[in-house]
Amino acid sequence: MPETLDLQSSMSTDEKLRKLDSGNKVVDKTQRAIQIFGVFLTGFICLLCILPFVLIISSSFTAEKSITLHGFSLIPREFSLSAYDLIFKNPKMVLGSYLVTIGLTVTGTTVGLFIIAMTGYALQRPDFPLRNHISFYIYFTTLFSGGLIPFYMVVTRTLKLKDSYFAVLLPLMMSPWLIILMKNFLKSIPHSITESATIDGAGDFYIFLRIILPTATPALATVGLFLALNYWNEWYNSMLFLSSKVTYRPLQLFLYNTVNEAKYIRDSAAASNIPAVDIPLESMKMATAVVATGPIIFVYPFVQKYFIQGITVGAVKG
Amino acid sequence: MKARLKKLMKKKTLLFMCLPAIAFFFVFSYLPMPGVWLAFVQFNYKDGIFGSKFVGLDNFRFLVMSGQLWMLTKNTILYNLAFILAGNILQVTVAILFNEMVGKFLRAYKKFAQSVMFLPYFISTVVIGVFAYNFLNVQTGVINSMLRQMERDTINFYSIPQLWPFIIVLVYLWQYTGYGSIVYFAAIMGIDSEMMEASEIDGANAFQRIRYILLPCLKPTFIILLLFALGGIMKGNFGLFYNLTGASNTALYNKTDIIETFVFRCLNVSFNFSSGSAVGLYQSLFGFALVMTVNTIVKKIEPDYSLF
Repeated sequence: MPETLDLQSSMSTDEKLRKLDSGNKVVDKTQRAIQIFGVFLTGFICLLCILPFVLIISSSFTAEKSITLHGFSLIPREFSLSAYDLIFKNPKMVLGSYLVTIGLTVTGTTVGLFIIAMTGYALQRPDFPLRNHISFYIYFTTLFSGGLIPFYMVVTRTLKLKDSYFAVLLPLMMSPWLIILMKNFLKSIPHSITESATIDGAGDFYIFLRIILPTATPALATVGLFLALNYWNEWYNSMLFLSSKVTYRPLQLFLYNTVNEAKYIRDSAAASNIPAVDIPLESMKMATAVVATGPIIFVYPFVQKYFIQGITVGAVKG
Repeated sequence: MKARLKKLMKKKTLLFMCLPAIAFFFVFSYLPMPGVWLAFVQFNYKDGIFGSKFVGLDNFRFLVMSGQLWMLTKNTILYNLAFILAGNILQVTVAILFNEMVGKFLRAYKKFAQSVMFLPYFISTVVIGVFAYNFLNVQTGVINSMLRQMERDTINFYSIPQLWPFIIVLVYLWQYTGYGSIVYFAAIMGIDSEMMEASEIDGANAFQRIRYILLPCLKPTFIILLLFALGGIMKGNFGLFYNLTGASNTALYNKTDIIETFVFRCLNVSFNFSSGSAVGLYQSLFGFALVMTVNTIVKKIEPDYSLF
């Protein structure tokens, strides 16, 4: 796993540079210029990255009257909680969506992660005769596919999963990329551990369960978080396979419907006995987006380092 | 043969451990493959895929004659080229600039900026669609409200196709610059630091160091990432296009319809399964040939990085 090693050695490079920097003060004029340019450019990009978030949060707290009159703005002209009021006055829909998404995320990530780890471990074992055949069998699916419509036919006609949460849960459970990522991670655990455990009489599955899994927590965290993110942001399969017969849709599809079909907002207003003219249509769209994205922003600072690890391990040889 | 089988029997647990994944890819990837037959029939529900009337290449012929296939191919490839070129150049630039940020204050800033720029990668495309709506819609969008305040004419973005290539590329850059710069930053970190230090002692300034050491060292990574990106040039980002342009905004199709969105509509709107499958098969075959070509080239220049 040379890429992670590189990252580690980079720390020491950084250290060295810092010593050089603070010790001899060798930041020359061109470097200073580059740094200033760098702060300006990246600062500008950062502003652009933050701006939309600020806008939807601010819009979600703006009174509907002010939005129809002046449009969305960076700072609420007239503060109001009516959009959130409406969402939480009749919380059945939002809570239902939340529960469905959380359920899918937890189940899918746990089961998927276990299968991916098991497969990744077997495929990196140098003494497993079929490892190259199976690796190719998995990898080939990224080279050629039947396309969307045959896939849709298999899920709805062969598996009969139309309007079933399984149609959303199953297809996201693993991907060739995640299996290769896991394989690359597990390669860094010395094979001698497996060998010595075998000599002690442990079976392959036991070794995987009791020795490999506990030592591979960083790998599990990284791959697990990629899976969880996919489930949380999933709307595509939901849109394909869950028709209006399904009451509680995954969160992102719920958001999609709220934004694109005013009907959904009117329904929820009707359920709360709010007259049609007073519906905070626009701020409601923004508030739903905030509610659907909130958890990600909240956990983001704690998990981003695992994603960075995953990208640097998986990107170069994916 | 017998000896090999015996060897495998000794490792049968490992084979069992792979079975769930094997079953998964069988059902969701291999089982749909015979379904490409759809592209050669005139599909009707009653007779199913293999009972429908065989029409040979008629579905393809129709797509070519109507000019649709050409438009979809052109849009898909041009968008991807713009994404690849603009994206990679911006990502490398940002990674190099980050690398020059030494010293206590700048290091803290760099860490913060990297986190902020990585954030858009975590947002679902549905939410990105809401962002765009907040900026662009005609009645309440931020841009049009500002124009109104300045007493200028408003712009109905959702009905002007010429604007969308710019909007879509900008949003793509917005979402992936942080992500991509991490890849390049890791590559920079992998460069032997002794070379850098030696050049510093020899009196090279920062600009010369970037020009004559950093960029040449990054070239292999750059070329390989570029080549693999070109291998995927027929694949589109469905979520981005679908959510940005609005689900059924026919006014923009000319400039924003890519293969994925077309196939999706064949499935969900026009129910033209055979046309959709034909385009899908064309995309798969074209993509397959591209990856093979790219892999052969990579194998020649940098065998370590080839896929197989």
